[in-house]
Formats: sequence, structure tokens, C-alpha cells
Amino acid sequence: MGDFKLKYKGFGDRSILIEWPSEIDESTLNDVLYFKNKIEKHNIKEIVDIKSAYNSILISYNYTIGNVYSEIMTLKTLYSERVSPNNCVYKQWRIPVCYDGGFALDLEDISVQSKLSKTEIIALHSTSLYTVYFIGFLPGFLYLGGLDERLYFPRKSSPRLNVKKGAVAIGGTQTGVYPNESPGGWNIIGNSPISFFNVSKKVPCFAKPGDKIQFYAVSKLEYDNIKALVDAGVFQIESEVIDD
Amino acid sequence: MIKVLKAGFYTSIQDLGRMNYQEYGVPYSGAMDSYSAQLSNALLNNDPNAAILEVTMTGPELLINGVTSMCITGADMSPTINNVRVKNNHVIQVEKGDILSFGKLNYGFRAYIAVSGGFQSEVVMESRSMYNGITKGFRICKGDELQIVSSENSIYASNATLKINREHFKTLCIEVFKGPEFDQLSPAQQKGLFTEDFSVSKDNSRMAFQLKETFKNNLQAIITSLVMPGTVQLTPSGSLIVLMRDCQTTGGYPRVLQLKETSIDILAQKFIGSRFRFIVAN
Repeated sequence: MGDFKLKYKGFGDRSILIEWPSEIDESTLNDVLYFKNKIEKHNIKEIVDIKSAYNSILISYNYTIGNVYSEIMTLKTLYSERVSPNNCVYKQWRIPVCYDGGFALDLEDISVQSKLSKTEIIALHSTSLYTVYFIGFLPGFLYLGGLDERLYFPRKSSPRLNVKKGAVAIGGTQTGVYPNESPGGWNIIGNSPISFFNVSKKVPCFAKPGDKIQFYAVSKLEYDNIKALVDAGVFQIESEVIDD
Repeated sequence: MIKVLKAGFYTSIQDLGRMNYQEYGVPYSGAMDSYSAQLSNALLNNDPNAAILEVTMTGPELLINGVTSMCITGADMSPTINNVRVKNNHVIQVEKGDILSFGKLNYGFRAYIAVSGGFQSEVVMESRSMYNGITKGFRICKGDELQIVSSENSIYASNATLKINREHFKTLCIEVFKGPEFDQLSPAQQKGLFTEDFSVSKDNSRMAFQLKETFKNNLQAIITSLVMPGTVQLTPSGSLIVLMRDCQTTGGYPRVLQLKETSIDILAQKFIGSRFRFIVAN
């Protein structure tokens, strides 16, 4: 850890952006999360929030930064301080998805154009282990990496005005779940009964960057049963803590 | 309690925003012109984060159901109590049965209505700011009954009228810093951003202001990264988009400029067709 060449930039009068080389991969992600964690632990009291994306961290302060260069020096020193390599502890979540026709509005389209049967598409989609890179776009929308190349499929030329909550979709090289009803241009292949964003919880999302997601296929009947439990607030998502 | 007789074009409850939840993809929200919103609370001796009503373009009609003090700041929309004109930036005493309504828009685009103690609406993730999908409603509607936080001195007598800085509404200068991808523009393009006139298009909302002019460029999309209110994105087709308080937390368009905090407030008071220039913040 701590071996990347980082760029530090003042961003407006209250924020500093830290950028890693333009790559989407797990070694970048792990370094981003390692540094984010270190900044949080360092507890700089003027910091309001720290958020991360694929290859960047944005640190916002609660007032105008007086001396950007001295703040950047503090961060650089923090990054260069070596600590014993930390274990990556993350959670692996099993998420039910119903790929039935009523939900899978674009499965037929993908099947025709990719020359893969629907069963093959479902099998490919539900065997990969996806990595959560960050949450953005909509509250609770997980940016997932790890989609099988055979399932890459361009976004729709005109977005739908109303994509249902829970829609599982493919957009270009990415897959994701719509946490709430919203407009959207990704190709819908199923629906998950799980809530990805819960406004009443202090931590509104169950997954966090660095976690893994695996989808598994369920029938419409199982979907309805799980949905009823989710709505009653008693469904427990299967998860496993991985320490490596 | 205050009853909404007419909602106006777009009226919502806001405070200073929802901090600390951006890592879950939750927008900041909060008053678009935070300077004017804070002024309305300051004149009533309220907490700076007390919830106020943000009024856009045309005002609501409100029936007051108790004795209290109010204050209107921001855009001048010719406010009246029982058809008698009242002043902006001045503490107003109202009584049960009074009707607050608005008329012609004289300057600015967003007005703020504060009430002694602040509006009492649901608090979600430490904020009352309305946002679709976070709070139950995203704006107030005809028939709504707005509750008020009870305070010891619901009547805050003060004759002070604040002489506001009219430049806040008149200035044609939006102060900016270079954005993370500014250096990828050619020297001519960099200069162009500071010499051309820009204006607000009809696509403007609490989420973003798209500018009317297009700006030719050949910038590559970036790997999805972090954005915030005041970030100016430049799309491949040349649209400049200034993100505002309800913006998403991430985006994939190059970020060419970043507005100074005070300039976000200034831009929030401009409307369709308003012209301005970007100038370098110091």
C-alpha cells in the first residue's frame, strides 16, 4: 500500500481532490480505501466529509481552506507513512434476483443480439462475484465491477422515464440495481426484492466500498415471499465476513 | 400552524442541507441561496439551520393560524399581508387569520420565508431539506398544514430592516476556481471560458443549471469521479452544466470549473436568459 503516484488538487475553496492513475481495478480500489480509512482515523477536525470513487477521494472541509499547500503536505505525509500491511476485511452479500419475463424487460433483446440463451445470460450474471467500488448516481446505487465480458451491452439510446425500484440492469460494461424508482437507460434483466437504501437507518446502505456481491436466481414465488419479509423489516440478507 | 392555500411554482422546505451522507450517494440539498436563507433566520434570532420555505419564481399563498413573527429575504416578489405590502428583510408580526401572498417578481428568483422557531417537518438523516426519495414530499402542496417549532419567544420584535447588498442580485460575475480537468482544455479554450458571455437556459432546477451557449471541446469522458454543488461539467456536445444543491454525488463529465461558495448563492438568484461571466476567484 502507499505505492501509487497520487495527484493532489485544490477543488473549489473547501475541498481537496486526490487522484490515482486512471484505472479501474481492485489494487487501486484497495489503496483508495486504505488511504480513506487512514484520513478518517487521523481525525482532522475541520473535515466535514470524505468520499471515494473508482480512483479518487474528495475531502471537504467545513470552511474555506486557508493554506491548501500545507493541507496537501499533511495528506502526503500521511500517505507516505508506512504501517504494517493491513488485512482486507470485507463482507460478501448474497442477493436474490428474479429474472422472470415480467421483470426482465430487455433480456430478450440482449439474448438475440448477444446470441446467448436467456438461461446462459442468467447463469453468467449470477455466477460472477462483483466488487462494490463506491455508491453514487442515486442514493444507494452501488457501482459494481466484475461483469462478465460476454454480457457487455450498450445503454439504450433513449432512457426509460420510469425504471422500477429493484431493477437489475446492464449498462455498457457495468451492472447494477436501481435502489429506487428513477429514469434510467440501462437494460433491465431482472428485479431484486432487497432494499438497497433505507432512509430510516443511520447507515442507510448495507454494503460498503470493498464488499462483494453475488446474485442468485429466485422464482417469482420466492421473490414475493422475500419481498413480504423485506417490507416487514425482518428479512436477513445472507452475508459472510471475509478476512484475507 | 400555517396552511398552504396556494403552493406557488415550486416551494419546498429547506435548511442548510444534509451533511455526512454523501458516501451513500445522498445529495446535500439545502437552500439554493444559503446566504439569503441564513439572513432570514438571523433577523428572527433563529438557529442558522432552522428550516425555512424556499420559494421559486412565484410565491405561495399562506394562511397564518397563530401569532408569530416572520421574515422574507432573497428575491423580491412583492409580498403582502392581507393585501398590504410588506418589506423584505424586515421582521413582520402576523396574527391568526392573516394571509401572506405574493405578486410581481421585482428582482432575484428565489425568496425565503422564515418563521420564528423555524418550520417543523420530518427530519431525515439529520436534515429537514426536502428531496425526492429521501423525504416523503419534495415540495409543499395546496392544503398542506405546516407546523412550527415552538419557541419561547414566538414573537421576536425588532424594527431592524437590513440593507442588503444589491450586488448579490445584480452582479454579472460568477467567481470560479479551475476544476480538476481545466488543464486539459487548450489555451484558447481556457481563455474562452473567461471571455465569453454565458446565460441560464430553460433547463435549470435545484439539481443543475444548464447554460444556453455551447462550448466546443474535445475532452475525453473521465472515469466516474466525485462532484459537488458548484462543479461545472462540460459535455462532449459542448453543454456546460453547473451543478446545484440537489446534484448527484458522482459524475463522468470533465469538471472544468468550480464555483466559489458565495457564487452558488448568486447563481441561484438568476433566471432563464440571465447573462453572466466567469471570473477567476481570488
